Amino acid sequence: MSPAPLALLCTRDLVKDYHADGGTVRAVRGVNLVVEAGEFVAMMGPSGSGKSTLLHVIGGLEQPTSGQIWLGGERADRLSPTAWAVRRRRGIGIVFQAANLLATMTVADNVELPVLLAGGTARQARVRREELLEQLGLAAKARTAPGRLSGGEQQKVALARALANKPGLLLADEPTGNLDSGSTAEVLKLLRQAHAEGQAIVLVTHDARVATQADRIVNLFDGMICDDAPMAVSGSRPGGDASPLAPLRWG
Amino acid sequence: MRQHLLALLAKEPAHGYELKLALEQTFGGAYPSPNIGQIYVTLKRMEADGLVCSEDVEQGSRPNKKVYELTPQGREAVAAWVDEQGEGPRGRDDFFIKLALAPQAGLADRMELINRQRRYYYAQLRVLADLQETTDRRDVTARLAIEGQHLHLQADLQWLQRCQEALV
Repeated sequence: MSPAPLALLCTRDLVKDYHADGGTVRAVRGVNLVVEAGEFVAMMGPSGSGKSTLLHVIGGLEQPTSGQIWLGGERADRLSPTAWAVRRRRGIGIVFQAANLLATMTVADNVELPVLLAGGTARQARVRREELLEQLGLAAKARTAPGRLSGGEQQKVALARALANKPGLLLADEPTGNLDSGSTAEVLKLLRQAHAEGQAIVLVTHDARVATQADRIVNLFDGMICDDAPMAVSGSRPGGDASPLAPLRWG
Repeated sequence: MRQHLLALLAKEPAHGYELKLALEQTFGGAYPSPNIGQIYVTLKRMEADGLVCSEDVEQGSRPNKKVYELTPQGREAVAAWVDEQGEGPRGRDDFFIKLALAPQAGLADRMELINRQRRYYYAQLRVLADLQETTDRRDVTARLAIEGQHLHLQADLQWLQRCQEALV
């Protein structure tokens, strides 16, 4: 048996089937994905390509049909839901399309909770919460109940909550899906900052502008990875133009 | 047209009329109707340039036909064309022609062509994002130019997805 992979996240031959009336749908068909500590990976693909399913399985929210998941060198695909919850609390932040905020607590409390659960002091939690809400332009809403926020604002709070503990790995499913361009920019800025501080991010998005901010883009099609390539770094332009930054072409 | 004929010849030798038919059959109305005279002129020029060579083939009672085939130089030229990245609208059309012709000739894999083109668009988006960051908020003209280019790139990516769904 080959040695445990040491990457932050590693999947081998990951398969996920769904059983619907009339048969089985293979949503993920043999995915091999490696994410190293500190990497920012975007996943793109059309609807039905399996990218959201893959993220759910990687985060332990769905059990794989077969295949292996390694998190920091430890097998994770066979963990029970409880064990997964503990594992996530230890080092995985999740932002999914449904914000899933706790409705009976304020925005501030929602964001502070993970820090407190991990053993942080009330002060640490508050400082971290203020920092995150400030960056997302939501400082004024700290005392508001989540139900009174717009969909986009809720999504931002969910992101803040996921980042509160500075988890080793952040999994995000369309974190800018409901946001206007201003909010999208704020979220991207926060993600880039977290990344600069060493945060590994796996982000599913249908927005290429968001995806191209990552270090690497993985493309899924029909449940399989069809491309996995690093983003070209600015300075090394492909093709080469006389004026590389001009969006207009003369002649 | 030169590259297109070379790509077709990479699959097998052919005479001028066969090349015209192949273009028509592959592209239909999407390609301007290939003029047989232009094809012959292009073939002759390519022969003079050493990219193709020809052989007269007897046809019994009809006049001989000239069958063309690629020289090693010609193979190199078409391989280089498949590998290079065209810019702008011309690049997009070129990419599509490669997508249609290259696989039959064993010149490139469709998935690889699509991936490469997609990565090119991603790189362009990144350049635009950097440019947007350094552009003054009040410079309306510059921002509109950038936004226009964004929209084009998004459309290009969508079309690429359609090509993948339909052809791969």
